[in-house]
Amino acid sequence: MKAGAENTKRIPVTETIKKYFTKEKLHRFVFGTKERDGLGKQIVVYGLLICIGFIYLYPLLYMFSTSFMNRDDLLDSSIKWLPNTLHIQNYFVAARSMDFWTSLFKGFTIAILPTICNVIICMFIGYGFANFNFKGKTIFMGILIFSYILPRQVTMIPTFVLYSKFRIVGTLWSFILPAAFGNGLNAPIFILIFYQFFKQVPKVLIEAAKIDGAGYLKSFLKIAVPSAGPAILTVFLFSFVWYWNESYLTELYVQGLGTKSIWTNLVIQIKNFDYGFETMEPVGDTATNLNESVRMAATAISILPLLLMYFILQRYFVESIDRAGITGE
Amino acid sequence: MSKKAKTKKIKIGKLEKREARAGYLFILPWLIGTVFFMLYPLAQSFYYMWFNIRINAKGESVFKYVGIGNFTQIWLENPEFPQQIVTYLWQTIVQVPIIVVFSLMIAIMLNGKIKLKGFFRLIFFLPVIIVSGPVMNMLVSEGAATIPTMNIKSIINAFDTFLPYSVAESIGEIFQNMIMILWYAGVQILIFLSVLQKIDPALYEAAKIDGGSAWECFWKITLPTIKPMILLNAVYTIIFLSSNEQNVIITMIKTAMSAVTKEKGHGYAAAMAWMYAFIVILIVLLFFMFLGSKKDIYDRQVKRRKRQMKKDARQLKRVERRGRYNARKYERESRRGKYKTYSGDGDY
Repeated sequence: MKAGAENTKRIPVTETIKKYFTKEKLHRFVFGTKERDGLGKQIVVYGLLICIGFIYLYPLLYMFSTSFMNRDDLLDSSIKWLPNTLHIQNYFVAARSMDFWTSLFKGFTIAILPTICNVIICMFIGYGFANFNFKGKTIFMGILIFSYILPRQVTMIPTFVLYSKFRIVGTLWSFILPAAFGNGLNAPIFILIFYQFFKQVPKVLIEAAKIDGAGYLKSFLKIAVPSAGPAILTVFLFSFVWYWNESYLTELYVQGLGTKSIWTNLVIQIKNFDYGFETMEPVGDTATNLNESVRMAATAISILPLLLMYFILQRYFVESIDRAGITGE
Repeated sequence: MSKKAKTKKIKIGKLEKREARAGYLFILPWLIGTVFFMLYPLAQSFYYMWFNIRINAKGESVFKYVGIGNFTQIWLENPEFPQQIVTYLWQTIVQVPIIVVFSLMIAIMLNGKIKLKGFFRLIFFLPVIIVSGPVMNMLVSEGAATIPTMNIKSIINAFDTFLPYSVAESIGEIFQNMIMILWYAGVQILIFLSVLQKIDPALYEAAKIDGGSAWECFWKITLPTIKPMILLNAVYTIIFLSSNEQNVIITMIKTAMSAVTKEKGHGYAAAMAWMYAFIVILIVLLFFMFLGSKKDIYDRQVKRRKRQMKKDARQLKRVERRGRYNARKYERESRRGKYKTYSGDGDY
């Protein structure tokens, strides 16, 4: 009898549903019309974006939350994200072990000087490729792209020998010199960025300057360079970040394998963190003091300078690729 | 010789000559740099790889020719390097499509009409400034790179039912390092985003009027337009993965280079580096093969026709030259009286 009652009740409900929520309406609501996105699509898009955004930020969140924990918090399995107390001590210990301020200053120097060379020289080269016709241009471009694809490890060994002969291993010249000759870190990319950009500068402008009596160099400096602001900014930011994050080549050339060099940067300090920590702390204390939170604190302060720079200059970073016209027209 | 002939033929104007000279001047630093820091070391490392190089007590390096000794050493006596090379090859081939497809997905989502676009772009670009080998290694070793709720073992087991175990294991590895893999997608997302914004909206409108769905629009308009960028991003990803310090192989090359044991050293490291370069270029070529744009059939025909015309012209010129030469020869020799014309009197 109960089943029968339910049956009689259910029919009108389904009918009203059918009446008000027609298939077309539902479809329109979920999938949207041609003018407006539907709710379903929006939920999917925002959900995916937020999920992936969280996954993206997860390592950083984990790093920051762990870096504030003290030993008891680490051992306590009930504490996952929020530490009981803000244990800032970790940061001081890590900074002392990494020799933070000198490493920061040296790392900054290592990054900024080759970057300036890179920007200036790549600008010249990109302009040369973009605005002049000469024999062998396609071959040179081919070599340029090939030099990007070829792993650095192939040329690394003879280059190291060459630098040793010139006695520039362990000095900053081993980074500045290649950058000054258009062979710095990722220079092919920067040359191509400038190449793309200068190709879009109207030739009429340069011709007008020529008619007014400007030479090649003058028309480059007075017309092309001032208009290349976005490209310069892009190259500067990327070059700086890549030099800053480079540990492999820095360790090899600037720090110098086997040579006693004063140069170091934060990334290398992170790499040798355990070793540095052991040499700094008195023996016996090491095992107890060197824990996850100190390591995470060290990682945090090593990326903090760039993170700050990123949040201050974020607009330029994010729009850089757009405006530099890497993708062409 | 050939240069002279060409200048004679085309006759470059004075202005063009000057312009070419200016162009050379502009790229001169790069030319010098490439010779000194690229081509010369390249040749030298090619030379190194056939030698066993040791540094003696005086600090001089002693070269000893070993032929392919370095290679046999690497392949037969150092089991780690070949193993790592194979792992690298496999991992890159799997990871690159994941990264590229993922970045394309994100870019398409960000390209739509959504709020907080700038904020999302900020997040997705953030890793670009952080990714450096040591920092990543630190994060991975402390377990910050894995999503704790994901059970890797069960994923491996699920794949193990229909795939060989080694494949399933590497798939599990990819899942384990998912965050790191996604972190490599920052630049690619921005490149895709900026190219997506440049697609003419009129194309989509036209397609919609003709009754095309969004799905069809994606396959027929979006994908063909951004195809060159897909290749670009794939190559960028490969190079990034190959020069990242998380990569074990490049660390091995460096340690081999600075090692002072009898068989290792510069020559040994050079041989390793060349094999590594070969693998990297192989992967790049592979992706070129898959993603490289096939030339338009019209373009191809035009090119073939042009080549044919050039060939014909050359042939014609050769025939003419030979004809002239022969005529001159005949004239000269007939003057000397070598040939006698038949006078018609029946006597040769």
